[in-house]
Amino acid sequence: MQIYLPIAEISQNFLLLLGIGGAVGFLSGMFGVGGGFLLTPILIFIGVPPPVAVATQANQVVGSSVSGVLAHWSKDNVDFKMGFVLVAGGFIGSTVGVLVSSILNRVGQLDLVIQLAYVILLTTIGAMMLVESLRTFLRMRRRAGAPRKLHQHIWIHGLPLKMRFRRSRLYISAILPLGLGFAIGVLSAIMGIGGAFLMVPAMIYLLGMPTRIVVGTSLFQTIFVTANVTFLQAVQNQTVDVVLAFLLLIGGVIGAQVGGRVGGKIPAEQLRVLLAVLVLLLGVRLSYDLVATPVDLYSVVPTASGR
Amino acid sequence: MNRLWRLLLIFSVVGALLACLGRPAYAQGALEADSSPYLVKVSAGFTGTDFLVFGAKEGPGDVIVVIRGPNIDFSVRRKQRVFGIWANTDKVSFGDVPSFYAVASSRQPLDDLLPAAERSQQGIGLDRLALATVKDEREEDIDAFRAALVRLKQEAGLFGQGVGRVEFRGSRLFRTTVHLPSNVPTGKYLAEVLVVHEGDIIKRQVHLEVDKSGVGAFVFQSAHDYAPAYGLAAIAGALLLGWIAHLVFRKL
Repeated sequence: MQIYLPIAEISQNFLLLLGIGGAVGFLSGMFGVGGGFLLTPILIFIGVPPPVAVATQANQVVGSSVSGVLAHWSKDNVDFKMGFVLVAGGFIGSTVGVLVSSILNRVGQLDLVIQLAYVILLTTIGAMMLVESLRTFLRMRRRAGAPRKLHQHIWIHGLPLKMRFRRSRLYISAILPLGLGFAIGVLSAIMGIGGAFLMVPAMIYLLGMPTRIVVGTSLFQTIFVTANVTFLQAVQNQTVDVVLAFLLLIGGVIGAQVGGRVGGKIPAEQLRVLLAVLVLLLGVRLSYDLVATPVDLYSVVPTASGR
Repeated sequence: MNRLWRLLLIFSVVGALLACLGRPAYAQGALEADSSPYLVKVSAGFTGTDFLVFGAKEGPGDVIVVIRGPNIDFSVRRKQRVFGIWANTDKVSFGDVPSFYAVASSRQPLDDLLPAAERSQQGIGLDRLALATVKDEREEDIDAFRAALVRLKQEAGLFGQGVGRVEFRGSRLFRTTVHLPSNVPTGKYLAEVLVVHEGDIIKRQVHLEVDKSGVGAFVFQSAHDYAPAYGLAAIAGALLLGWIAHLVFRKL
């Protein structure tokens, strides 16, 4: 059953789109990864123009983050004060990011930059996940080391504008979460991802937040940043395809629930290795597209209607 | 442009009236043409469609039909290897290119009917279509870019491959079928019908329209005409779906 996507301007199979949303949602529910970094390359692969894939993906992440945050909120695992500081940085970052992608689009380099960003991201993440999962897979349970200090004191903790975050039990410079939010915001705008896979480790190791409230807080900031990206992309570039976004979202939330339940029941070490390999392959495939001689050296884009 | 069309339409109507007013049957100007459908709707399940240009003529002569979509500016980009990676490096912009173009004729090749100069002037045939650059951006190999534009538009099904066939039913009635693919650009189309006899040309114009309809049209229109509201609606919709999902799955 074909459905016409009015902004992407292609016809695609309705069930295929639901299925893609569901499969990525399943993986994200199972492994606790956001899934945006998988979804955008797949969308590009089935013929959605990269700028539309990125902007639409941001719209989809708004919805999938909401159901995630609500679940964490009910367990009181969200630090709202920290969240708002991250959001402030994220707003500026994503605004800058949308402007940058607008400029890149005008000079004809947006597709390339999106592709490059994904190649770097997928190969790095894939390699890291593979090493990490192989290590846990091979190593027998080892006793945990001596209790670690809450966090290491390095130069970044000497920055001014100190702020107290009660929920996170932290007294740190507001510049840190602002800067972190900014960086994730830029990535979010250019790549259409929530950025949790970078945000979560940064919150734990850089800010020193307790692990329990990290995921909820990260999701909380993701809603606002991706909402901002959606709005700005819609206004600046008209690249948000709501028909595509909602189809992916419906598939995605169902897939995430199923994935979450399945993931809780089976030992996921082997599957983690599989996911890592999948991510790596996707990265390699995209890198190949960058270096292989393209089928056609020329491309045509409409620039203006000249009535 | 519109005014010119209207003027031409008035001229053709007057011409047709004059033709009816007792002039000999073989007189020049005795040509009528129309299309079916005159409004093509691109809906959610649109997979392309055919439409028919037909008409009747008096007297001898061959028939050429030229169909053009609304004019658009196009940029053609060319990739080059930069540090091992293929990146867009060169760009040439072409102005006022018909977004859809097809030609059909009752006799082929077109050169047998009209001299090249006449075809260039009227833009009849892909090889005689004026594709002018917006600015004189670069001198060398513009032709390569022009050829790429035509080739890519052909691959997209938006420029006709070769010259289509105009068929006669008897000596007066003629018809030709034109295929519009699923990615057809929307807007006002113009079909020009020419009767050519020994270098003389009689011309009629038929207007038709391709329009998105249904949900797709609504979404596209809102995204372009009410971008801020569209953006907010997209966010609100996603929030609502996420919330509904939370409610549904909390119970399960």
